[in-house]
Amino acid sequence: MMDLSSINPVVLVASLMVAATPILLAAIGELIVEKSGVLNLGVEGMMITGAICGFIIAVESGSPVIGFFAAALGAALLSSIFGFLTLVLLSNQVATGLALTLFGLGLSALMGQGYIGIKAPTTSPLNFGVLGDIPLIGRILFSHDWMVYLSLALIAGTWAFLKFTRAGLVLRAVGESHDAAHALGYKVIRIRLLAIMFGGACAGLGGAYLSLVRVPQWTEGMTAGAGWIALAIVVFASWKPWRVLLGAYLFGGITVLQLNLQAAGATIPVELLSMSPYIITILVLVIISADRRRAALSAPADLGKPFHATS
Amino acid sequence: MKLKSLLTSAALAAGLATGAAAQDTTTVGFVYVGPVGDGGWTYQHDQGRLAVEAAYGDKVETIFQENVPEGPDSERVMTQMALAGADIIFTTSFGYMDATNAVAARFPDVKFEHATGYKREHPNVATYDARFYEGRAVIGTIAGHMTETNKIGYIASFPIPEVIQGINSSFLHAQKVNPDVEMSVVWVYTWFDPAKEADAANALINNGVDVIMQHTDSTAPQAAAQAANEAGGRVFTFGQASDMSNFAPSPRIASIIDDWAPYYVKRVGMVMDGTWESGHSWGGMPEGEVVIGPITEEVPAAVKAEAEAMIAAITDGSYHPFTGPIMKQDGSVFLAEGEVATDVQLVTMDFYVQGMTGEIPQ
Repeated sequence: MMDLSSINPVVLVASLMVAATPILLAAIGELIVEKSGVLNLGVEGMMITGAICGFIIAVESGSPVIGFFAAALGAALLSSIFGFLTLVLLSNQVATGLALTLFGLGLSALMGQGYIGIKAPTTSPLNFGVLGDIPLIGRILFSHDWMVYLSLALIAGTWAFLKFTRAGLVLRAVGESHDAAHALGYKVIRIRLLAIMFGGACAGLGGAYLSLVRVPQWTEGMTAGAGWIALAIVVFASWKPWRVLLGAYLFGGITVLQLNLQAAGATIPVELLSMSPYIITILVLVIISADRRRAALSAPADLGKPFHATS
Repeated sequence: MKLKSLLTSAALAAGLATGAAAQDTTTVGFVYVGPVGDGGWTYQHDQGRLAVEAAYGDKVETIFQENVPEGPDSERVMTQMALAGADIIFTTSFGYMDATNAVAARFPDVKFEHATGYKREHPNVATYDARFYEGRAVIGTIAGHMTETNKIGYIASFPIPEVIQGINSSFLHAQKVNPDVEMSVVWVYTWFDPAKEADAANALINNGVDVIMQHTDSTAPQAAAQAANEAGGRVFTFGQASDMSNFAPSPRIASIIDDWAPYYVKRVGMVMDGTWESGHSWGGMPEGEVVIGPITEEVPAAVKAEAEAMIAAITDGSYHPFTGPIMKQDGSVFLAEGEVATDVQLVTMDFYVQGMTGEIPQ
């Protein structure tokens, strides 16, 4: 006797998008970073720094929009430390990225001392006028806040940038072979630094979406592993923007769906429901990336390798 | 403090230390599962740590480590603390149980205290817990009166006896004052993940729940309920582990506060004067370890009075929340008329009581 009538599909889709957006933002940023040949494992640290920067500025200014900008800026600044260490001082990317996560978690806890238990200004859904009144579709497509649309636009923009623009081609070239790109006269370090900062800004937006919309409040350590999920999604999506979108929405969607199924009293074992977001996301992305040779091609060849101009 | 402990362990490694025992100060270690600023479970343990510092001043030094995952990593943290000269280490989450006993075997001179567990494999391991189910009985009573949809939501962490006691206790008492009440349990398999806790709260609210209880550590469900209320909803919550008074008077209408300070001060004192012994402590309202935070004006006076009468009865020992007749979910008898649950029955509780829907995950 499964009574699932209490699950409202429209509300479900809305909460699915809210749940997926933080991971989506962080993952699309990391995709650009990795496409440029840099592996930044500090996504979690940048997200949480963005979460607190955005929260503080939104509370102080009363404007969530300014808060989101501050989040992007703060996390981009943090990521530039990573950029300086790995690109200029040639430190190990894996170790530096892990250190960035630890640093971000500590820094955000320190910054957030006076902001525990405070309410953030509300980010309300955009008003699309008549469009929002279309039954069902209107509620599903036109009832979200602007960050949801921005995150979707970022996916489309990243895809178009990598596929159709000269700058995107240069970025990919740097990620495939930094020596060849350097020989052609491209500024490898500058391009990578910009990519890292873009990745930081996106992760910061994702973090701020947690503290300003999804939860919405500041709690220490509130990202609770979302950054690692984003990193995993980039790899499983074989560095393709639309697959990142699919992965993030699958993961976020199934997380929300399984909680709703539990709340509605579905007679599916809870153990299965709880592992389903991980299993289904991995399965789907692995299956669509099943062609090994093509999957290997989409991984940037110089991912994680240090670059030194004189070598 | 951290730097100091690092230096101490470095000195030990170099064989230069004369041994912490030679010093006058007692070093007390705390292993936390979440951040000190979670506003809930870990925050309260840290308040206990600060109470130890306040009570003993210079005679005591405390060290702590936050965000320690349950599992092998906790073993490393405990080992480090023991090497850093800790005399007593409090490990404050259920999942540290095996790690605590493993490390205790290697450091027989260090005392270990494991919260909410039951394994004491070595003479230097003690366990302690609080009777949270006493508090659950009180908020269950309030919840049964406050719900209009007759649906109470429960955000549960892991299917362990401590959590199941809480679910059963609150359901029994909600049902007592409101026979139509139903309880939806959502298992989130985490102690601390604000985003997931918020999602769980929203899922419950979307399914018609109007009173939410949580057995997770963050204030995210409170914030989710607050957001729902601002959008025109009517949802109530209870502070968990800590008072969470930032969300009073509504949605938070009362809270269960864990006060570990009396226990920590007592046990550290026993280490100092050499009277520490292994054992299991299970204090509740009478010992002041489980406290109900202020009941706000959202709750009608009659309901508040009923809750306060129950607090008084539990505190003076005249009422036990698990007093028969109580049936199990499958209809068999758990407690006969007038029978009171023994502690063994409570710590091994692995079933729902009659009237609960759903199954406990294995």
